[in-house]
Parts: sequence; C-alpha cells; structure tokens
Amino acid sequence: MGFKNAINMKKILLIDYKLGNHQSVANTLTFLGYDFLISNSPADIKRAQAYILPGVGAFPEAMKNLKAIGIVDVLAHEVIKRKKPILGVCLGMQILANDSVENGFHKGLGWVSGHVAKVPPGQEIRVPHVGWNNIHAVSKNPLFSRVSSNTNFYFDHSYHFVCNNKFVAATFIYGHKMIAAIQKDNIFGVQFHPEKSQNNGLRIYRSFFNYCGIN
Amino acid sequence: MLKKRLTAILVIRDGIVVQSIGFSKYLPVGKAQIAVEFLNSWGIDEIIYLDISATPKDQGPDFLEIQSVSKKCFVPLVVGGGISSVGDMQKLVKFGADKIAINSAALKDPLLIKKGASILGNQCIVASIDVKLDKDKKYSVFSNFGIDIPEKDPVKWAKTLASLGAGEILLNCVDRNGSKVGYDINMVRMIVEAVDIPVIACGGAGHPQDFVDVMTQGRANCAAAGNFFHFTEHSVINAKAYLQKKGIDIRFDTQAHYMDFEFDDGGRIAKRPDRYLAEQRFKYYPPEII
Repeated sequence: MGFKNAINMKKILLIDYKLGNHQSVANTLTFLGYDFLISNSPADIKRAQAYILPGVGAFPEAMKNLKAIGIVDVLAHEVIKRKKPILGVCLGMQILANDSVENGFHKGLGWVSGHVAKVPPGQEIRVPHVGWNNIHAVSKNPLFSRVSSNTNFYFDHSYHFVCNNKFVAATFIYGHKMIAAIQKDNIFGVQFHPEKSQNNGLRIYRSFFNYCGIN
Repeated sequence: MLKKRLTAILVIRDGIVVQSIGFSKYLPVGKAQIAVEFLNSWGIDEIIYLDISATPKDQGPDFLEIQSVSKKCFVPLVVGGGISSVGDMQKLVKFGADKIAINSAALKDPLLIKKGASILGNQCIVASIDVKLDKDKKYSVFSNFGIDIPEKDPVKWAKTLASLGAGEILLNCVDRNGSKVGYDINMVRMIVEAVDIPVIACGGAGHPQDFVDVMTQGRANCAAAGNFFHFTEHSVINAKAYLQKKGIDIRFDTQAHYMDFEFDDGGRIAKRPDRYLAEQRFKYYPPEII
C-alpha cells in the first residue's frame, strides 16, 4: 500500500473552515492515538467516516466561510443522508442550528432544529461565560458514558443553543439552565470545549469515537 | 455554578520562561513546553503565555513555538505578545492558542479589539491592562514599552475595552509584580465592579491565602500568578487544596489532592510523619487510562 492510500484510510476528518482551534483538537486526538485528517476538500469529506466541526469564532464568519469553501451540500449529504456521525464543538455546535442572533440575524445549517441566543447577563452572571462549570448529563449514551453525570468542563461562549428538550443531552446552570450538549440521531454537539477540559474532555472524544466504531 | 479559576502565567523573554519582578528584573526558569506539561498535569485551569520580548523587538508571535507548546496543553491556552493584526490572531488560534491576549496593540489601535472580536468572537479576546501607581499615588494605565496611553484612567480604559468587544480583562498590577505581598485587592475590585465581563487578576501572589482574598474580597473571577507556580512541586495542587479548604468553589480533580494534609505558615503542605512517608514508598498509584 502506497503512502497516498494510507492517507486516504484516515477515518476522522476535522473540518477546516478557516475558523476554529484545529490544533487544539488535533493535539487531543493525537494524544488519544487517533489518525485524522484536517481538510475541507469534498473528496476527503466523502471518504471520512466521522467528522469533528471545531469552532472558535463568530457565527456569521463561520457560515460565510463554510459557504465560501462550498462544502455545505456535500457535508449535508454525508451527515443527513448517509448518517455519518458528526460532533460540533462550541461554535461548531451552534452553526448546526437554524439561526443565530450573533452580530445580527444569520441563518445556520439547520440540521438540528433550534436557535442560538445571547447568554442572558445578570447579577454575578458575567458574559461571556468563561471557565469550568458542572454539567448535568440528561442522556449518558454515548457522549457521557465515561464521565460521572455531574462533572465539569471548560466553557467559553457568549451565545447558547436553544432547542426542543428531545435533543438535549446535557445541561449546565449559569444564572439559568442552558444546553451543554445536544444529540439528534448521528448529530452531536457540545457547547463546552472537550479538547480543553483535561481528562473529562478526553473521555468525551473517546466515547464519541467508540460510538463511531473507530479505534 | 461557574467555578473560580486559578490561572498560571508564563512570562516568556527571549524564548524562555522567566520569573518577572516589577517588570524590570527577570530570573530564568526554563522551557515553556516543560512548564506547560507540568502545570497541565497538576490541574491548572488555564495557561496564559505572554511573550514580553516580542513587542520591544518588533517581532510578531512565534507561531511554531505556540504550536509546540500547545501539544501538551489540555487546558485553555491564552497567548499574548507581539500581536498586531487580526491575521496574527487567526493564525495563533490555528496554531494552538484558544484565546488571544492584547495589550500594547490595543493601546496603539483600540479598534483592533473590535475587529478581532467580530471574527473570532468576543470570548476569544482577552484585553490586558497594566496598572501602576503614578507620582500622585493614583492608579494609572502603564506601558512598559513607552507607548502613548490613550486613556490613563484604568476604570475608563477597562470600560472602553469591554465596550469594544473584549471578552475578559487581564489586570496586571505592576507594583505588585513579583512582590509576593498579595494582590492589590482595591484595584481589582474597582475594575471588577466597573465592567460586566470576567476579570483575571494578576500580580503579587505569594501565599495561597492571596488567591482566596482576591477571589472573595477582590471579587475576581480568576486569580492568575506567574512566579508562584515555579520551582515548587505540585504548586497548583497545593494551592487548590488550600482554596478548597477555605470553601472556594474550584475545579479540583487531580489524582493527588492533599486534602488531608496540613499547611505550614508559608502556605505549603506541611511535612508528614516519617512513618507515613515510609509507607508511601511501597504504595502504587496506577495512572488512569482513558
């Protein structure tokens, strides 16, 4: 088998849309011993078996980049039609929603019916919500199967996901109860940064890839 | 509820980690990669990497160094020093930074904060302010590199930075830097009460009680220290055990925890009886496999 074929066998794809902490996610996957590819080419998207959609950035910029690269349709085909698993992280989860009010009103991918709203500020509730907060896992499987249901993760966001309870996988409390993780069939999203949440975060990635059947 | 954070600052000068005293004297510590690896394994909540020689030398950030440092960093990595454009910020995030700290660049061009926040989101932008007492004993924004200060009043400057879209304020007290006498609680509290974004307090930590004081009386969301964490084994665990005992809500899930230990006057864990230490020699603590 040639070198080129070996690259093609990589099953995990970090979607590169010019916005996001790909290096941080890559460090985590390397630490856990996974082979992966960082790419945005349609050919690589078709070949991959599971996707990570990282995200550090602003919502409109993310959607603009995804459209400019022109991978929305091919990705939708693989995820919606062919049911390949995807994990959106932070902004990567938010763009799965129908729309967001970050810097004006913007449409998202609309794969998980929901909206992105500003975290409501309040007494001692400073926005952005930065730091380690406890989550409550509503459905343990598959993402939270390796952590206790009341564990902590690192959050860093000013906007949050709002959707129907049936998609909620975990919640956290910051002034109000908000969504920490979503799950809709093969589509997953986490508001916190598992790649920056030490061992608890590593466990989330391990659980996700085990679910995907990737070793 | 959201926990208080304990953050380590790595001050980088000419490529190595240093301890800084009053922004003028520097003691060498070693390679950043090793410091990051240790702090990470001791359960630090966040690491701030500040390259203080980039701006005076007119150099940009060392992207490859950041990439290398980030490899063993499974906590958020904030990077500052030498950043002059939104392009630099995006490239840093691409190379392993999770947040960007801006100080001198915001003094030169405050709008850079706004531009950065519109692309990377305001949660990604940490605005850093150096504050020093001036001749009239008034708090004043300070630049170590002689940059013209657009707004001398730290309260007004912090408010300006927040309104431009900064997601956090990193507040350095220059007079307390490396002094080990504790944080300037009044100054921290003044800024915390002026803005509605999280504030990271820095400068003066010498004893774990200083973290308690700045988090309670100073109301800081996050206590940062540089020199405190160097040259002491398990310095982070030690400090967190102290915070936990004082009832501060922090993240504390390292394998070693020292919760049943006593502390000496210096805030370090007290020596245990010889018998206990002798027993420990034959104990095996298996590493966790994820």
